Amino acid sequence: MATANVLIPRSVIRKGDIVTLKAIIAHPMETGFRRTETGGEIPRNIIRHVSCHYDGVEVFSCDFHPSISANPFLAFTTIATKTGPVSFIWTGDNGFRHVETAIMNVTD
Amino acid sequence: MRPLVSIVMLGLAMAVLPLHAQDIPAHDRLSGFEMMGADVQAMQRDDFSNPAMLSVREGEQLWSRAPAQGKKSCQGCHHDVATSMTGVAARYPAFDAGSNRPIDLAGRIQQCQTERQGVQAAPRESALLLALQALVALQSRGMPIAATADPRLAAARERGQALFNQRFGQLNLSCAQCHNQNWGKSLGGTRIPQGHPTGYPIFRMEWQAVGSLQRRLRNCLTGVRAEPFAPGSPELIEIELYLMQRSAGMAMDAPAVRP
Amino acid sequence: MSQPISRRCETEPDRRAVILAGAVLGTLLAVRPAQAMPDDMERAIRAFTDGAVPKPGKVAIEIAPLVENGNAVSIEVAVDHPMLPGNFVTDIAIFNEKNPLPGVAVFHLTPRAGRAHVITRMRLATSQHVTAVARLSDGSFWSDAREVIVTIAACTEE
Repeated sequence: MATANVLIPRSVIRKGDIVTLKAIIAHPMETGFRRTETGGEIPRNIIRHVSCHYDGVEVFSCDFHPSISANPFLAFTTIATKTGPVSFIWTGDNGFRHVETAIMNVTD
Repeated sequence: MRPLVSIVMLGLAMAVLPLHAQDIPAHDRLSGFEMMGADVQAMQRDDFSNPAMLSVREGEQLWSRAPAQGKKSCQGCHHDVATSMTGVAARYPAFDAGSNRPIDLAGRIQQCQTERQGVQAAPRESALLLALQALVALQSRGMPIAATADPRLAAARERGQALFNQRFGQLNLSCAQCHNQNWGKSLGGTRIPQGHPTGYPIFRMEWQAVGSLQRRLRNCLTGVRAEPFAPGSPELIEIELYLMQRSAGMAMDAPAVRP
Repeated sequence: MSQPISRRCETEPDRRAVILAGAVLGTLLAVRPAQAMPDDMERAIRAFTDGAVPKPGKVAIEIAPLVENGNAVSIEVAVDHPMLPGNFVTDIAIFNEKNPLPGVAVFHLTPRAGRAHVITRMRLATSQHVTAVARLSDGSFWSDAREVIVTIAACTEE
């Protein structure tokens, strides 16, 4: 089970506000270009895709390459429509999959 | 109240430790945080952004989890981490009566695991041990590094000071030469810090991972092309003991981010 | 035309020439740098835009001009364009010049974003240019590029 964190602003969110969502997950994002001390290959092991679902739709997604740093950090915006869960799904090499959900409270 | 405590602590530290001509004067002391660039500072300041806080999150989960069937969790003995661990990291390494020598925080956690939890100790630099170290160190955030006048630690502290001033490696450099005499100057593209252990365990960007002070010290020794002391060795604990005294009064900022 | 030095030259490939050619080819293959070249980045951008040349503008990259460590460089990309149904930024792609691979990330947006503004952290293997390309719903492409100088930490594990 990976360690991940999702940040939804704690201040009052009104319907229609543009809210910044942040997400970070512990992952080495092994590029596949590093070598061991004896010259052996360290295979690529990265998160390839992140998807964010809110209010019944995928509101955001992105594709990562090895140039994304370890413990990948993301921030983007979404319009607050109604109170409900915001789910992040990270998928990647070696069958990696992690879901983290936080509730966005929206006042009318 | 806090500045007064810091001044008293500093006074104690100075009384305990003879001030060498090349020691950094108190008013010139700068932590690694103060010497790094604004963007890395921003990464550390924001708890959400700080990758070391992921390790703390892991530590929080480990704190309340029984390590094995029928064994006590950390919480089982220590209860709430925020109350029981306040100020602990700021006064380590401490004296361990059982082994009659100084013990660092990692060593103490390992000792708890074997002697009080009855499980195998997690290896140094393992994610588990670092997570617990990070969690405990966080509880000293903002607190001044404690100067301890514990006479049982005096001999070890002096050995640490001697190691700090001893030349090592093919480059034949001592810690003091870089970190007392040449701090602030450029080494490659980087500024030499003063070597205050205020932020450990740190997320070192170079490692792309969280690591301990011992790992960093081993890097320093590799840097001067010396054979590094083994993890957990008495020399590394003695150096840490001296470094904490040398930095007494400075605020802890663990778990920190460093380049 | 002068006579060949020996009759063998007429019928068999010159062994010395073959060996020399092989050695040169081998050297060329061996010294190919393990990093993307600026034209790799151009090629990757063209692949993203289906051959179109992005116009500079609308896109703004915010990234430190000098970083202490290339392992975790914060990069922000904002696109000055509405996010309305039928008229919005559909994708933002980030590229680099000198890492082993030219692509960094592609962000897929919808009008639900409200604003085209993304932040992430990337690796920079060395000092280089970073380019961001935005695709709009009308099929046009816009870009911005920044140069970043990367310094390296001292006293590492190697």
